[in-house]
Amino acid sequence: MTSTDKPLTKNIRPDREPLDIAEYEKAGGYQALRKALQMSQKEIQQMVTDANLKGRGGAGFPTGKKWSFVPMGDQARRPKFFAVNADEMEPGTFKDRLLMEGDPNLVVESAIISSYAVEADVAYIFLRWAYKLSARRLTKAIDQAYERGYLGKNILGSSYSLKMYLHLSAGRYMCGEEDGLLNALEGKRPIPRTKPPHAVTVGLWGRPTAVNNVETIANVPYIISHGPQAFKALSLTDEGGTKLYGISGRVKRTRIWELPMGTALGDIFHEHAGGMLDGYTFRGLLPGGASTSFLREEHFNAKMDFSSMDKTGSRLGTGTIIVLDDKTCPVGMVLNLEQFFARESCGWCTPCREGLPWVRNTLEAIERGNGTPEDIGILHEHTWLLQLGHTFCALAPGAVMPLEGALKYFPEDFENHVRQHRCPWR
Amino acid sequence: MLTDEERKEIDEEIGKYRRKRGAGPEALKIVQKHRGWVSDENLQDVARYLGMTDDELDSVATCYNLIFRKPVGRHVILVCDSVACWIMGYEPLLRHMEHRLGIKLGQTTGDGRFTLLPVACLGACDKAPVMMVDDELYVDLSPTRIDEILDRYQ
Repeated sequence: MTSTDKPLTKNIRPDREPLDIAEYEKAGGYQALRKALQMSQKEIQQMVTDANLKGRGGAGFPTGKKWSFVPMGDQARRPKFFAVNADEMEPGTFKDRLLMEGDPNLVVESAIISSYAVEADVAYIFLRWAYKLSARRLTKAIDQAYERGYLGKNILGSSYSLKMYLHLSAGRYMCGEEDGLLNALEGKRPIPRTKPPHAVTVGLWGRPTAVNNVETIANVPYIISHGPQAFKALSLTDEGGTKLYGISGRVKRTRIWELPMGTALGDIFHEHAGGMLDGYTFRGLLPGGASTSFLREEHFNAKMDFSSMDKTGSRLGTGTIIVLDDKTCPVGMVLNLEQFFARESCGWCTPCREGLPWVRNTLEAIERGNGTPEDIGILHEHTWLLQLGHTFCALAPGAVMPLEGALKYFPEDFENHVRQHRCPWR
Repeated sequence: MLTDEERKEIDEEIGKYRRKRGAGPEALKIVQKHRGWVSDENLQDVARYLGMTDDELDSVATCYNLIFRKPVGRHVILVCDSVACWIMGYEPLLRHMEHRLGIKLGQTTGDGRFTLLPVACLGACDKAPVMMVDDELYVDLSPTRIDEILDRYQ
């Protein structure tokens, strides 16, 4: 791919030192905003729909469709809000950090255009506390956007006005859940809300609010500048654009790559990551963060887009892969994941509050050699008990995905722990 | 009592939100920045300032990992214990740190120099294992590297 084929990372240097705003403008920055302000909101929403941009936070909901639900014009209760979900906290995920550190001006321009697309009056970038460098660089990018008339009253002489604030959270996975994020911004505990109504109609302080992930909106300037067809042409499948794919674990190269959406899983693993480190054998992987199920070598031909990954029984999630090697215990790995989810459960609904600690404790018993054959049955039961539809939000259903995958692909490892009364890796 | 400086900083935050309580998490972080942690008395002062009950604000304070409702050391070490770091050697690193500092997770050294806490995925999984000390991120950790890093903090 050439640099023009990389809407997300074209400006990002290897050392991640970002372009300053003058360099960013010279590289074509803020031209998309100028163009967008000449267009109607409806036209922009249609373009994003035609581009088939799907939400990169993990759920893959079509962005244009989400925006089309926001009440527009005189009918809408004001002020309306736009929130950028930059609370990147899904274990194994480190893609939005790259965009915010490497090209903060792109993130701010994208947020302005997206806010305009839903007529938002106020935009928040909801950033997790740990991203200190992102916070410094976004603050500078926002300040400079105000100085140059890209933010504030009557942006670039238009009738559109927007205020933008950076919100630094204080560390809680639930803040990345859409309603948790809204509650957190209102100064409440980050717990989910009853749906309907959805945030797009009744969101922050009861007003219409669109919430989108950083990587999602970072595609919007390209769609405005080059059109939906060019955006779709970047992809290998019918889901438009490129995708930030990443990998961690014991492989030769761990990092993020911007590749055509739908790049095969095996290509990312072999060609880009270079396969396993010497001395380690591949056993499986989670394709898109902690809330996805395991895949194995037989899935290497599968395309890494939302619909193809759904067919494998896993999910694309955030597109950042975590690799399990032969010197790492799969039971221990799942215990680590469930420990995270049990700790981060907000406690609002019973299946999650009670179920996840039970899963965690059962896995710990097995890992320590105190497990029984019945315990494996209890784990199986929880993959059903905590599934989507039984809980208020997607935390617990996501949490049991890697558990379900491990039980399916590594049953002998669970049985060995129980039979030998110890972890074979310890 | 909140200081004038704290009030000024909190007022600035209040301006960003439609209701005062929206500034709650930030107000607690402001107090924590100046005092190291948030005592019951500080919490009550902030709650009153934002027009909330103490319990309302405490329910927010206690749900966040990084609002300290107990005293912490001069420096806080946050060790990532999530999956990528765990695969890449979190357990031996933690043992090394606990041995060196003579404390367990959740504890503070006797000289008040360090508090050691676990933290969820820091989003630097390509450079695992990682940790933060105060506001600084440290990557590609090994026992020797940890020794060098901790020596810098007094």
